[in-house]
Amino acid sequence: MASAIPVLPEQRVADLYAPYKQELAAKRRITLIGALVLLVLTMIAGRVAEVDADKFFSNIYRFTDYFHRLFFLDTGASVFTDVREWFWGLQKWTRHILDTLLIAYLGTLFGAIGAFLICFAATMNLAVNPARRFLARRFLEFCRTVPEIVFALIFVVAFGLGPVPGVLAIMIHTVGALGKLFAEVVENIDMKPVEGAIASGATRWQAIRYAAVPQVLPNFASYALLRFEINVRGASVMGFVGAGGIGQELIEAIRKFYYSDVSAILLLIIATVMIIDLVTERIRHSLISQEHGR
Amino acid sequence: MKASGMFTDQAEMMQRHKALVMGSPREKYLPFLVAGLMLAVALFALFRLEFSFARLGAGIVQLGTFLGLMIPPSPGTQLYALLKALAETVAIAFLGTLLAAVLSFPLGFFAARNTMANGIVRFMTRRFSDTIRGVDTLIWALIWINVVGLGPFAGVLAIMTSDIGAFSKLYSEAIEAVDRKAGEGVVSSGGSKLHAIRFGIVPQVMPVFISQILYYFESNTRSATIIGIVGAGGIGLYLAETIRTYEWDNVAFIILMVLVTVAVIDAISSRLRLAIVGQRTVTS
Repeated sequence: MASAIPVLPEQRVADLYAPYKQELAAKRRITLIGALVLLVLTMIAGRVAEVDADKFFSNIYRFTDYFHRLFFLDTGASVFTDVREWFWGLQKWTRHILDTLLIAYLGTLFGAIGAFLICFAATMNLAVNPARRFLARRFLEFCRTVPEIVFALIFVVAFGLGPVPGVLAIMIHTVGALGKLFAEVVENIDMKPVEGAIASGATRWQAIRYAAVPQVLPNFASYALLRFEINVRGASVMGFVGAGGIGQELIEAIRKFYYSDVSAILLLIIATVMIIDLVTERIRHSLISQEHGR
Repeated sequence: MKASGMFTDQAEMMQRHKALVMGSPREKYLPFLVAGLMLAVALFALFRLEFSFARLGAGIVQLGTFLGLMIPPSPGTQLYALLKALAETVAIAFLGTLLAAVLSFPLGFFAARNTMANGIVRFMTRRFSDTIRGVDTLIWALIWINVVGLGPFAGVLAIMTSDIGAFSKLYSEAIEAVDRKAGEGVVSSGGSKLHAIRFGIVPQVMPVFISQILYYFESNTRSATIIGIVGAGGIGLYLAETIRTYEWDNVAFIILMVLVTVAVIDAISSRLRLAIVGQRTVTS
């Protein structure tokens, strides 16, 4: 059977093929230049960051060795032979983990409230005063750009050691991070209810309260829960700088080479983070489905 | 009360559409229940974490003093050292992101449902990246310091490790969201499974990957500023030191330096993102 595919004359094929080849070559050239630039930058960065492949490969055994040691008790027995001895500080650690969760909770709650109060001023559609919008946006930017542990370092000096500076640091960072997300949610709302409320004589605040807030609340809650997840992780290292929670115990165990304690605490942290992730994911899904169900 | 126009009787209206106006009891009381529960937990937390007005007040007064001492920001006598540390910070973020981006490339495919048929491999890869993500960058820094010693190299490895967890998750989500038709087309015209991935999937996910990598580069610059606190290189060491010695004008200067750097990197990466990815919106 004859082929149904038309075979183009050679000249025509060449004419079509040349521009294609040219395009491809141009694209390849750009990719190549990009790769070269990346390579040069990598070399410079490697120099600056004192990357040393030799040291890495000659010491990499310490990495596996470290994890190996994490699973042996001081007596030299494997941790699995004596779980009770492994988790000897379970009661104390559980208390610290509970504290960590509470730090994250308070930080997220206060941060979300702060973000809620500020976000409307930072939006394009509901803010009336451009100067105030500019200020609100810069403030939120500042709050989320400075890492929370830097705030914690400063607050530890001001408020003294303990969970209080940890909560405040997480709160400020949360205001910045959530404020931006909240503002984006508000900018995406349906404006018709707001216009309707204003048309029927509502003040700006009434319009926000009755036309905007009901639209954004499920999204706000979902973002706040997501932030809570992140903040639990953040709160677990607050103790590194003396700002409360399980971090204090962990850094002590690492610094003093209590290997089995390190693994026990790390496992507790990972388990907690996973449980929190699962629970908040459930709640977020039900919030989202509730919103779509309307 | 004002007359309400065409409605003759407000009370009657309420009566007629009671269900619409009032909502079901569940809808009515659930918010109060949730709010009450949240408030109770918050009060318990405030009590347990030893919050007190006296302490907050004293702290805020102290903070005010510090803020006063921060003005004007000054580099002190160590401007050169600070600039060097800042360069180190950027280098740590750059290399950490790059290494993680490259190393998690195969992991993303191992964790995606449409490229890895073997459920066990998928499950293992996912739990692996979950576990890595559950541990904070600072903790990874402490662990890597044990391996390669104090210094920025440990920082690079720490950022790399914690990002491998994040990237392999994000990658696999992007891979699972691709249009299958391109890959099927490659297979139907005689390509192997690898060909389908290379020509059917990779071109689709590459822009998403790159924009996520650029986003992480910016966020890692922030992380890289703090890992110095535990001794893994970068500006964090100076930041922690100047805070502990109450040199507030230096602290303010360092924070300003970091803010400017992050803003610059943000600008560069969004430019690059536009150039490489185009106007396409990023699905995170």
